[in-house]
Amino acid sequence: MSRIAIILGCIALAVLPLLGASGYQLFQLTLVVTYAVAILGLNLVTGYNGQVSLGHGAFYAVGAYTTAILMDKFAVPYWATLPVAAVICAVFGFLIGLPALRLGGLYLALTTFALSVAVPQLLKYKLFDDYTGGVQGIVIDKPDAPFGLALNSDQWVYLFTLAVGIVCFVLIANLVKGRIGRAMIAIRDQPLAAEAMGIDIAMLKTYTFAVSAMITGIAGSLGAVAVQFVAPDAFGAPLSLTFFVGFVVGGGASIVGPIFGAIFVEFIPNIADQISKAAPGAVYGVLLIALMFVAPGGCASIVRKLSARMPWNRKTT
Amino acid sequence: MDGVLHQVFSGIASGGIYASIALALVMIFTATHHVNFAQGEMAMFSTYIALTLIQAGVPYWIAFFATVIFAMVVGVIVQKVLMEPLMNAPVLASVGVFIGLLFIFNSTAGWIFTYTLKPFPSPFGEGGPLFGGFFSRHELGSTAITLVVLLSVWAFFRFTRLGLAMRAAAYNPSSSRLSGVPVATMLALGWGLASGIGAIAGMMVAPIVFLDPNMMAGVLLYAFAGALLGGITNPLGAVVGGFIVGVIENLGGAYVVGTELKLSMALIIIVVVLTLKPAGLFGKVLSSRV
Repeated sequence: MSRIAIILGCIALAVLPLLGASGYQLFQLTLVVTYAVAILGLNLVTGYNGQVSLGHGAFYAVGAYTTAILMDKFAVPYWATLPVAAVICAVFGFLIGLPALRLGGLYLALTTFALSVAVPQLLKYKLFDDYTGGVQGIVIDKPDAPFGLALNSDQWVYLFTLAVGIVCFVLIANLVKGRIGRAMIAIRDQPLAAEAMGIDIAMLKTYTFAVSAMITGIAGSLGAVAVQFVAPDAFGAPLSLTFFVGFVVGGGASIVGPIFGAIFVEFIPNIADQISKAAPGAVYGVLLIALMFVAPGGCASIVRKLSARMPWNRKTT
Repeated sequence: MDGVLHQVFSGIASGGIYASIALALVMIFTATHHVNFAQGEMAMFSTYIALTLIQAGVPYWIAFFATVIFAMVVGVIVQKVLMEPLMNAPVLASVGVFIGLLFIFNSTAGWIFTYTLKPFPSPFGEGGPLFGGFFSRHELGSTAITLVVLLSVWAFFRFTRLGLAMRAAAYNPSSSRLSGVPVATMLALGWGLASGIGAIAGMMVAPIVFLDPNMMAGVLLYAFAGALLGGITNPLGAVVGGFIVGVIENLGGAYVVGTELKLSMALIIIVVVLTLKPAGLFGKVLSSRV
């Protein structure tokens, strides 16, 4: 019961900014939700399944571009682009996941990193110019609130993103709790034993990659709507690195971790900028290292420790 | 034909630099099973120190060796202060620290030395090309330096007691500890050595690409690719891998896809090779007992 109460409380807290936050603050919060969903996708494949991906920025880019192209060239409404982006990213992830089966650990990290380096260059490629808009990218319109709701477009985009984000989190939370999730973790920890138990490792690893790419692609789609603009250079290797930092900060194999990770990657650079205009990167790096020393298991490990101390979780002796 | 040869030779020259960084990566990897994402940035920072010394009027070779020693000290400090306390922490925590270090070195260099491109002197002079125009003086000189470094590192590990102790500490820490090898000191030394090799590579690449805080980003990626291509458990393989990547990059950039896509193309070729030969060209296929 209390667990559900906490979750509902958090959702209420997340809706609260609609009442008073300014347009820019809402925009930042929208990005936090978007990043959280993207990192959730990364966490599924890297945290739960143990396949290191340094290239999830590529799936984010595919999701974002799918939405932008559909809205710009085919006049599809923004909400209808989400399922299309999800399907395209899932297929893309499945195809990338196939060779990934042969490559473990660092080799997979390099492959995915190569992907994240290649994507901006491919998006700029002349053959696709008509669709992708080349270096200039695509500008899209901000959606207004439907059904005559008394919300301005910033508020509506935030609410919409939050709703989609919650759906993604609930889906993944259920997925990892069930048989498939346990199989993913078994593959990460003991591949041989997992195989002996009758898990089809190859198939499940590829599916995990596909689902992970799908979730991150949805995040890309949401991000495109929020930012109203896509351009190749926004989706390079630094974006993938940002996701990875968020994942590490949040903590592996955790459902709440990505939320903390997203808050870190969205707000800490701003704070670092305020502390030192001259070398914000250095402050960011120091904060990141400091966090790793305080909580080597990421923020999720702190949450786990705290929740173990809550009265309803205490074991009666 | 001359054009092709020219591309091959300049590929070998840049390959030598990738090989050095790849060797540094492999050294830290075999000792700790970590990939040091900050290796390139540490090398870049050391190169700035060299430039500062040279501009202050210190002769090139004195500045060169002073910089290598500085880089080694920084490597040892990083290992002692940051990596040792996290020895038993999850791998991801170390990755977080590496990424943090990358930001710190990059940003601090930009702050102290500004982000403008700076020319870096070559010790081999600006004179005309040698050997019928295939090699510039700097390319020849830097390849020679790289080979000297690689040979001395090999000899150090093969023929000295300290090198043997370092290999033992990396290969089997607990047995080495029982035989009286100070494992922690060996790890720190390994970091120092890797950082020193990186600094040399930085000083060799700077005259070609010009010095700026983001100089090593591409180099590190090629070096990483080279290390994996040759087999990340095998130092010699990493060196050969580095050279191969350099040649592929130059030939591909000149004849196949143009400079815009050469990074992508080099990576795709490597990924294809790895898909066919997952342990790398010279890597050991590890089998583990179940």
